[in-house]
Amino acid sequence: MTRSLRGKVAVLGVGETTYYKRGGAPEAEGKLALQAIIAACEDAGISPKSVDGFASFSNDQNDPSRLAAALGIKDLRFANMQWGGGGGGGSAAVGNAAAAIATGMAECVVVFRALAQGQFGRFGQGPRRNAIFGDMAFTAPYGLMSPAQMFAMRVTRFMHDHGVDAAALRAISLASYHHAQNNPRAVMHGRPLDAEKYDASRWIVEPFRLYDCCQENDGAAAMVLVPAERAKETNHRPTYLLSAVSGSHYRAGASAHNTPDYATSCFKTVAPRLYEMAGVKPADVDVLQSYENFTGGVLMSMVEHGFCEPDACNEFFVKENLIAPTGKLPTNTSGGNLAECYMHGLGLNIEAVRQIRGDSTNQVPDADVALVGSGPMVTPVSSSIFGSEATL
Amino acid sequence: MSYLHAGLPKPMPRPDGLDAAYWEAAAQDVLKVQRCNACKGWQWGPEWICHRCLSDDVGFEAVAPTGRIYSYERVWHPVHPALQEQGPYLVALVELPQCDGIRMVGNLLGNPRQAVRIGAAAHAVFEHHADDDPAFTLVQWQLD
Repeated sequence: MTRSLRGKVAVLGVGETTYYKRGGAPEAEGKLALQAIIAACEDAGISPKSVDGFASFSNDQNDPSRLAAALGIKDLRFANMQWGGGGGGGSAAVGNAAAAIATGMAECVVVFRALAQGQFGRFGQGPRRNAIFGDMAFTAPYGLMSPAQMFAMRVTRFMHDHGVDAAALRAISLASYHHAQNNPRAVMHGRPLDAEKYDASRWIVEPFRLYDCCQENDGAAAMVLVPAERAKETNHRPTYLLSAVSGSHYRAGASAHNTPDYATSCFKTVAPRLYEMAGVKPADVDVLQSYENFTGGVLMSMVEHGFCEPDACNEFFVKENLIAPTGKLPTNTSGGNLAECYMHGLGLNIEAVRQIRGDSTNQVPDADVALVGSGPMVTPVSSSIFGSEATL
Repeated sequence: MSYLHAGLPKPMPRPDGLDAAYWEAAAQDVLKVQRCNACKGWQWGPEWICHRCLSDDVGFEAVAPTGRIYSYERVWHPVHPALQEQGPYLVALVELPQCDGIRMVGNLLGNPRQAVRIGAAAHAVFEHHADDDPAFTLVQWQLD
């Protein structure tokens, strides 16, 4: 492929604030955003004043011009927002930043997400208006309005079509909580989960129990991207972006649950482009970060990224296969959205970088290729692959 | 008789008129969905043009209010104050094979703890809220 992001951009630094349960942040969301950006720049060994671009997603309300003003940035060159809700833009924002760098539009772009659900409203709550029109008029009056409710029927249909047992969803949750116990940043650090506790947890909406659902959190996270030539400016093991793509399938955005291909994470058209750009195959992936809005989305994402045949989920999705360092495919090694922090999945991109650097709290030995799937079941979704110098 | 407790957001026609025919028909116990007058294809939810042939000559046509369960969910956790005392309830996604497989969202009436089989036949039940402000009708579903 001649037009490609492969190997053109490096991740120089990553950073985050302390992660809090929703409502727990002692600072305002805007200050959290600045703190995360400064932390990522410190990790990169650069001055925040040398940043010249910002990329974010999911309608982050921290405007790049205000960030640049607050940080005293002299020359803002790139200010980008990926359309689409949920965490579907997590890897796309990385890709957008990388595209700006690869094409010479900017030199040093920060990808960030700041989110204080305690301050600006919770995602897991329905609308409070008296009347509603448009797409939501066909769902909300029937009590179908939260993300869990919007996605449960997709997962139920997939499980029906492929004979997937509830234990497969449980394994995904157990792996995330397992990893969080080794990660001091994780909000669920010190709060282990076992099968018995999972099975006893309440239903949110079938097939999702409490522990199948992401957290609601306050915090911020950021990554610093630069041209690949600058990858060795820090003492970290150099980490390169091999691919970042986004999109969705035919009429994925049809309203009132009318997308023709319904029982999907929306990665079927995206994953092949991801691998083509990166020049790797699913078997080359050493470690996976797969966005958990809900465990069922992880399951379908992993199937659609080629890690498991749809009819083999019950055999593949067992905890032992998903945990570092010994599992067949260690997954969500920071604890992810379920157990580290729901920073709309930007934390998953950061964890992928840490795995390539060798800095994870659940390190996979000799990790050279790390894949991130962002925001299953929304549209557009996105995916990214990071690699070590050996992969170039 | 309403399936869910009162107080959820009430559906209104869009101010631009795109879905007015659907709501007007529902108030008269008729299920109407979009059909392209040029290529005769069905589509749902409503769009300004036909997604197949791109004609803007798209109308609404009455259809048999019957379908089969494509998927469903049993909701337990209330995410709206009106549902605090509701207990579990069922939402169904109903496929209309007679209309190119378009799907409708509604509640599945009856015992909220009933077992639901994907593929089961169902028919529409029009739940009128004529005294509400604004007045509206929900299109609910019941297993045959």
